[in-house]
Amino acid sequence: MSKPVIATTSLAGCFGCHMSILDIDERILQLIELVEFNKSPVDDIKTFTKPVDIGIIEGGCCNSENVEVLKSFRKNCKILISLGECAIMGGLPALRNGIPIEECLHEAYIGGPTVGLNKMGIMPNDDELPMLLDKVYPCHEIVKIDYFLPGCPPRADLIWDALVALITGDPMKLPYEVVKFD
Amino acid sequence: MKDTVKQIVEKYSKDKTRLMDILIETQEAFGFISSEAIEVMSVMLNMSKVDVEQTISFYHFFSTKPRGEYAIYLNDSAVAHMFGRQAVKEAFEKETGIRFGEVTPDGKIGLFNTACIGMNDQEPAAIINNKVFTRLTPYRVGEIIRCIRSGCKVDELINESYGDGKNQLPSLRAMVSSNIRRKGMILSDDYVYGTVTSEVLPKMSPEAVIAEIKHSHIRGRGGAGFPTGLKWEFCRRSKGEKHYVICNADEGEPGTFKDRVILTEKPELVFEGMAIAGYAIGGDEGILYLRYEYRYMKEYLEQVLDEMRNKNLLGKNIAGIEGFDFDIRIQFGAGAYVCGEESALLESLEGKRGEPRDKPPFPVEKGYLNQPTIINNVETFATAVRIVQNGGEWFTQFGTEDSTGTKILSISGDCMFPGVYEVNWGFNVNDMLNMVGAYDVQAVQVGGPSGTLIGPDEFNRTLGYSDLSTGGSMIVFGKQRNLLSDVVLNFMEFFIEESCGSCSTCRNMTQVMANKLKKILKGKGVVKDLEDLRSWSKVLQASRCGLGQTAGNPIISSLKNFRHLYEEFIQKEKDFDEGFDLVAAVQDSCKYVGRVPNFHHH
Amino acid sequence: MSNLIKFKIDGVECMTERGKFIVEAALENGIFIPTLCNMPGVKPKGSCRICTVKINGRLMTSCTTPVADGMEVESNSTEINELRKSIVELLFVSGNHFCPACEKSGNCELQALGYLYQMMVPRYPYEFPLREVDADSPYIIKDQNRCILCKRCIKTIKDEQGRSLFAFRDRGHRLEVVLDKELAAEMTPELAELAMKNCPVGSILVKEKGFVEPIGKRKFDKTAIGSDVKL
Repeated sequence: MSKPVIATTSLAGCFGCHMSILDIDERILQLIELVEFNKSPVDDIKTFTKPVDIGIIEGGCCNSENVEVLKSFRKNCKILISLGECAIMGGLPALRNGIPIEECLHEAYIGGPTVGLNKMGIMPNDDELPMLLDKVYPCHEIVKIDYFLPGCPPRADLIWDALVALITGDPMKLPYEVVKFD
Repeated sequence: MKDTVKQIVEKYSKDKTRLMDILIETQEAFGFISSEAIEVMSVMLNMSKVDVEQTISFYHFFSTKPRGEYAIYLNDSAVAHMFGRQAVKEAFEKETGIRFGEVTPDGKIGLFNTACIGMNDQEPAAIINNKVFTRLTPYRVGEIIRCIRSGCKVDELINESYGDGKNQLPSLRAMVSSNIRRKGMILSDDYVYGTVTSEVLPKMSPEAVIAEIKHSHIRGRGGAGFPTGLKWEFCRRSKGEKHYVICNADEGEPGTFKDRVILTEKPELVFEGMAIAGYAIGGDEGILYLRYEYRYMKEYLEQVLDEMRNKNLLGKNIAGIEGFDFDIRIQFGAGAYVCGEESALLESLEGKRGEPRDKPPFPVEKGYLNQPTIINNVETFATAVRIVQNGGEWFTQFGTEDSTGTKILSISGDCMFPGVYEVNWGFNVNDMLNMVGAYDVQAVQVGGPSGTLIGPDEFNRTLGYSDLSTGGSMIVFGKQRNLLSDVVLNFMEFFIEESCGSCSTCRNMTQVMANKLKKILKGKGVVKDLEDLRSWSKVLQASRCGLGQTAGNPIISSLKNFRHLYEEFIQKEKDFDEGFDLVAAVQDSCKYVGRVPNFHHH
Repeated sequence: MSNLIKFKIDGVECMTERGKFIVEAALENGIFIPTLCNMPGVKPKGSCRICTVKINGRLMTSCTTPVADGMEVESNSTEINELRKSIVELLFVSGNHFCPACEKSGNCELQALGYLYQMMVPRYPYEFPLREVDADSPYIIKDQNRCILCKRCIKTIKDEQGRSLFAFRDRGHRLEVVLDKELAAEMTPELAELAMKNCPVGSILVKEKGFVEPIGKRKFDKTAIGSDVKL
């Protein structure tokens, strides 16, 4: 039997969850024995080249590109996991939720204290840029997500336990210390 | 302003528990409750400002901003919408140049929405400075606004040609029709008020009164149906410095208006019933807790009370019975449906936010000011008079075994003759519909939004505590109505607006459910949503009071009996859709940065 | 008549004095029933509904219901735990509870209940309400994003004259807990500290205060809420 295939991505996230994946330390060697990575920043494969068993999503959706990537993950992966607070509930980027988008953009490009260089008050609007959403959406409000692993970042042990359980079909152990929201 | 507020606070002896009265008088004197007024109150009552403000912000008719010299509150009930509310609303906005929720720049007119004002039989209706205006049309709206603009006083806005003259007081006649369509023991004219007090009570002990009430098997007419005799007995037995009799006239269940009719047609019967209750439980003080929407009755009811005092039907040694002292005052609410819940009513009576209390203890042990208290519905007190007059045994011949006596129904909606009908319990829905001239009926809402929505296959059910229990609200919906968007959603929004917010469950779950319903109505629903609604709603059962526990009923009951209506909206080919709409989500940001949304290039 | 009465929680025989609320009596008997709005020694107002139990088929809050002789209480059952989990989830989605950015993380009772009931994701959609942060007071910050409206501050934080520094404002879904500007300007550092301590979540914070204990070593990081209660 061929090895299960994994893909990962970071949407509106900080890559901290990916760092936490690497944080499983030497078990990473075991992991690559167990699975094969496809589209992922881990191996820098940019597009899906085959059907994937487990897709891991870091980050919520703050723009149209995030939505597109997330949808392509849903299409190409049998199982999708929301990894970390941002994917689950928007996380820190979602602190802007509730604030009108006009105010956010104004603060970011015109009115904010750190926009000194943008003297012309230019608002980025190139057609190539992703379009900003009205708020940051948790992934499961856009596509169906099968599993959720909370944490900021999720503890490496939680990620390891979850992946092993999924791959081997064993029940997932959830020791108290590994399921945390911070 | 400060002096006036000081006088008001002093008038109520700087008593915190009379904060409602203090606020009502201040609101009426100035059209709002200013921060200076709050300052005066907080100092005189030794409360923090936020403490005073928390009572203000709880009640719909209090405001810390001016509401306009003429504050217009247009009823927002489902039935108002069915009878042309939208056109009336637009007329108000056109004539005044402002939107609802605003006040005209000159401070003259304010427009506000308000929950059911108890006029479902003559909608659309509005309250303007405590006067009621019914059967509004765009033409009438123009007339009213022009009259206001020309400097008319609110009394001059009342156009006698719109009334039908059944209420006892002439000034009420022009405003509200009573629409009594069927009389029974309560609404009949064959009882001369005071007869029981002066002829029957002198021959009866308080215990004997309670025995007759118990024997009659009458249960509370407000909807919950607790045996009245037991309540009186428990209260009589409870120890306390004082025992109180409270009449719950906070008729707020949308579609109910029978108390309005009883109070303007037979108030003496209600007050006499309260006095009898006072005699039975050993209490000398009664309070009529009247919803602020019925402020227009104030003058009339005060007049009736005076008359009864003059006849020694209230006061000291009533009817010559040594030690039978009883008097009644009227306490107004200020716009909060939840205050119809008896313990929330008590909180409100004590000048606080109307948050229901935890039970136990029950009011019969610790009620108003922590003393044993009975709280009964307007209709229950009125009925008690006829029971004591004729005996409990006589009463049981009316109605059914478990639901004795008569019930006054408030029937509105799609029928020829909306109004109040006093019927024997055990009436079935089909007969009711035939009685009121309702044809091509799609559904009947029994017992208001917190009750049940039934379809034709259940019209053979009967009204009674063991089958279709109702506090009296019956709303008929014809085939032409869109039940989900016009009725169910309106009811859910009503509960969201009227939740006191104290319980996490009711405060949040009503919103969650309404959002899901809106999603379904937008065509974004999937089959799972229907299951979610059903299972999520169970959380509401953990709420403290009846409002919270039943706040999901509009959805639960329509989902059970009209599932096909939901299914029409459901996307059958999809099993997942959380309602995300990419085109809508990018719209604002693209507009702001100045680009045309493009969904094809990544 | 003896003042001691017998009752059962989930079939376990318990004993307590007449008049005790179920929550307290359970604790005496080594049984933990989760609470949020309740505080020992303060008049209860069952508003968070977390401590809901089933008695005779009816849902009751155990912080407000006195134990009765022979009472049988259902608490740690699938149904009741599921209800409690739902309530925790409702509280999470109705506010803005960004644990990673919260000073109280690890010491927060709401979060601890999320851990206890293994909330991986709330089943309800997030509302992301727009809420204010009131930093006007010289001593404390009132962050409305995190408030769960438990009323603990309203009930316990008063000045010497007994006036409340906190109160509710509005009702229903717009309900919030606000701080009295004038009284807050005069509050003592001790009272400010107490306000923060009494807040089960991170809605009341003392200004200019560092948080000494790092995440990972806080109260609920390693041990579950209620785990110190032993049968």
